[in-house]
Amino acid sequence: MSLLDLTALELGRAIKRGEVSVPEATQAALEAIQAKNAENNAFITVLNDRAMEQAAEIQKKISAGELTGPLAGVPLAIKDNICTKGVKTSCASKILGDFQPPYDATLTEKINAAGGVVLGKLNMDEFAMGSTSETSFYGPTKNPWDLGRVPGGSSGGAAAAVAARECWYAIGSDTGGSIRQPASYCGVTGIKPTYGTVSRYGLIAYASSLDQIGPLARTAEDCAAVLDAIQGKDPRDGTSLDVPCGHLLEGLTGDLTGMKIGIPTDCFGDGLDSQVSEKVLAAAQVLKARGAQVEQCSLPIMEYVVPTYYIIAAAEASSNLSRFDGVKYGWRAEGYEDLTDLYNKTRTEGFGAEVKRRILLGTFVLSTGYYDAYYKKALQVKAVIKQAFDAAFQKYDLLLMPVAPTTAPRLGESLSNPLQMYLSDIYTVSVNLAGLPGISIPCGLDSKGMPVGAQLIGPALGEQKVLNAARAFQLDTDYHKLVPTIKGGDR
Amino acid sequence: MDWEVVIGLETHVELATKTKIFCSCTTAFGGAPNTHCCPVCTGMPGTLPVMNKKVLEYATKASLALNCEVTRYCKFDRKNYFYPDLPKAYQISQLYLPIGRNGRVPITVGSEEKVIRIHELHMEEDAGKLVHDNWIDQTRADYNRCGVPLIEIVTEPDFRSADEVIAYLEKLRSTLEYLGVSDCKMQEGSLRCDVNLSVRPMGSVDFGTRTEMKNLNSFKAIARAIRYEARRQQELIEMDHRQVVQETRRWDDNKDASFSMRSKENAQDYRYFPEPDIPPMELSEEYLAQLKASLPEMAEVKKARYMKDFGLPEYDAGLLTGTKALADFFEETVTLGAPPKEVSNWMMAELLRTLKEKSMEPKDMLFAPETLAAIIKLVAEGKLNRNTASKVFSAVFDDNADPMAYVKEHGLEQISDTGLVESTVASILAANASQVEEYRGGKQKVFGFLVGQCMRALKGKADPKVVNEVLRKQLNG
Repeated sequence: MSLLDLTALELGRAIKRGEVSVPEATQAALEAIQAKNAENNAFITVLNDRAMEQAAEIQKKISAGELTGPLAGVPLAIKDNICTKGVKTSCASKILGDFQPPYDATLTEKINAAGGVVLGKLNMDEFAMGSTSETSFYGPTKNPWDLGRVPGGSSGGAAAAVAARECWYAIGSDTGGSIRQPASYCGVTGIKPTYGTVSRYGLIAYASSLDQIGPLARTAEDCAAVLDAIQGKDPRDGTSLDVPCGHLLEGLTGDLTGMKIGIPTDCFGDGLDSQVSEKVLAAAQVLKARGAQVEQCSLPIMEYVVPTYYIIAAAEASSNLSRFDGVKYGWRAEGYEDLTDLYNKTRTEGFGAEVKRRILLGTFVLSTGYYDAYYKKALQVKAVIKQAFDAAFQKYDLLLMPVAPTTAPRLGESLSNPLQMYLSDIYTVSVNLAGLPGISIPCGLDSKGMPVGAQLIGPALGEQKVLNAARAFQLDTDYHKLVPTIKGGDR
Repeated sequence: MDWEVVIGLETHVELATKTKIFCSCTTAFGGAPNTHCCPVCTGMPGTLPVMNKKVLEYATKASLALNCEVTRYCKFDRKNYFYPDLPKAYQISQLYLPIGRNGRVPITVGSEEKVIRIHELHMEEDAGKLVHDNWIDQTRADYNRCGVPLIEIVTEPDFRSADEVIAYLEKLRSTLEYLGVSDCKMQEGSLRCDVNLSVRPMGSVDFGTRTEMKNLNSFKAIARAIRYEARRQQELIEMDHRQVVQETRRWDDNKDASFSMRSKENAQDYRYFPEPDIPPMELSEEYLAQLKASLPEMAEVKKARYMKDFGLPEYDAGLLTGTKALADFFEETVTLGAPPKEVSNWMMAELLRTLKEKSMEPKDMLFAPETLAAIIKLVAEGKLNRNTASKVFSAVFDDNADPMAYVKEHGLEQISDTGLVESTVASILAANASQVEEYRGGKQKVFGFLVGQCMRALKGKADPKVVNEVLRKQLNG
């Protein structure tokens, strides 16, 4: 068994026991990246020397007993929309050029404090806009299970790197499903925590009211350990919540006795692939066998969630991305005549098609005469969606539903029909709109051999419940242990 | 036809917090370009604004002092536009739920009293500054001012003359200074004013088309710009039979004229929406009560108290309380034991005149209450006569020098030796026998001449009262 087949916590324990050194583990990961990145393009930046230096320092601290956390010394990779001081942070966009932030995101500081060795920066959809990781300026990431298919998005690089055993865990971000959907497509475990529990300071914003950072890993247990390290109030983020965090790992039990899980029938209708439906419903039986009460319920909001999400996300994005104007940092077009020309040329050449589409959409819904009909209405519907979840959580501890309507599509299939791509976000976006925790866990393979994910959603700050159920499922199943056998891009 | 001018004001005031509205950079004026900034106020990717609670406190105090309804659930919004001095390409401001609404500011113009209604008071961040270097033909951005906290105070169109506008601005400045929420220095841009102006036939109830004037850097410029713009609009309508165009105009104080900047058609759509990075602020009744209780005594109350407690005339009390720095100076000098009336007299005469001569703001002077108290004491103790004291005042004003040291150094101490006065008077009388004759013959005017001669001989250092007495005694004796 290779070092890279260990879970993050297993590696952490092996390092603590002195069976593996941090530089050894780091070296192994860098070699795996070296071998695989050319085919799956999961990384935009690989920090070979820097990672080895960091590994040596962390090893010293561990040996000296200064670093004792469960993830100390475990190498990881970070999505390229999270700031890393002095290391290129591109959001997979041409417009940021070789931007090297002079500051770390709070996330990066917390990972450093936990003894994480940063292997590199992960590919993604440009500015996290997309469901396939194909909109990257640095080329698409490919699904380790089938290189002819997408890994999902926007944290496609993160999901692919974890699935392909290039790192033990990865940090992604989720605005409308960007952790959960690629986790589902690539057969890994990924959780989007409650909005406000992980600081957004240093996460380059797509849609500020929906963005949330979270981990992708092999197991729910690993995710719990990462959340313990990264959640918590941050004085630099006004939206971060002042609530008790941590102790998720020690609180993990496989016991679901008395837990009530609702299955919204609204999420199993038209448009859902029958194999996905089957696997998710089968997952419900596993949870039932471990003591949960599972019953059908209603969540009568599904027809509104996608339009509401795309209005709010695009509106915020149109404003958040205005700062990329060629004036202060990143890329600037050449040969401009005046200020307006500088803006026009830089933004025309610097942004890709999907980003432009969302900026235009967002600009439109915020403009005078349309604000009330679109943005204001969307905020009202957002409140209704939140209420629907609140009502459901009066009766149930958790909700179980699919992550995506299908397994990973072929490369190129989705971008030709953006509206279809937007609609495929139907099961994930509502969780962001309501600010809730949601996890994607592998629950089988379809007939093409592609992974299927099941989604467990909890009430706000219900991470422990979500992780417990995911952990219980993984105690009784082996889907999360399946290793992709790389197939060519020929199918 | 008689025309009526209708004016509304938008006033931006920089708050005097030590740090910026969303980060901990200093708000100090000036500084080498881009030395008072950080990743947050320069809007670097991934950074987030965090509300400075002092800004909320100052804005709330200002709302209370301007008799506004304070919004208990208050939010920020984003105002989106591209410009290189705005690094995020949006300004964090308040559109939907401003901190203060429906305020009232009473003003007095001549003997007329009037209330100016405040439409709203909102918080926002300032933008940076562009500096064009003609030498190298480049524009450079200085982000030091980015994120300096502002309040914008918007009035209803309640003004009918430049005098009313100035009276309101003086009242506003005094109020904000009293609160300690702003230093209101126009020359440093911490108080900036845009004038919305239209004209209409006297008696009409409909508003005319208005223009907005910017770049008004002093009260004088505001008054001139209002007169200019009112005349321009009237002439446009009356003489050219044309319509006023709704537009933004830039006042050029050197040319004494305003010029069109952009018309309404070219106005930007700011695409306001609620700021997602800053949670709404809920102001508790307790918080408001606490702030209300902390409001200082305002100019009007102080003025009444000065009249009642110190017996100052209304005019004097009004002037002294019109500027917080003057009122503070007055009260500190009185606290040091100087008689209030005496202090008021000195301030009304010497102090205000000197400030005016030097075109100086009271808050900028070095001259301290201790110094004035010392001068008053020297006069009261008979060590300095009143005229010499005025000269000493002028001499020590700039550097706040020690008046006693100055008096000693220049040998100005009052002659308290009556013997010397008596002998001097006697010799003057002897030397001016013919005048003495005239006086004794009933020509009273000569008395003044003789006093002058005596004072000159005494180098002005004697107490004129004593000289008068001695002279009269010797003439009559």
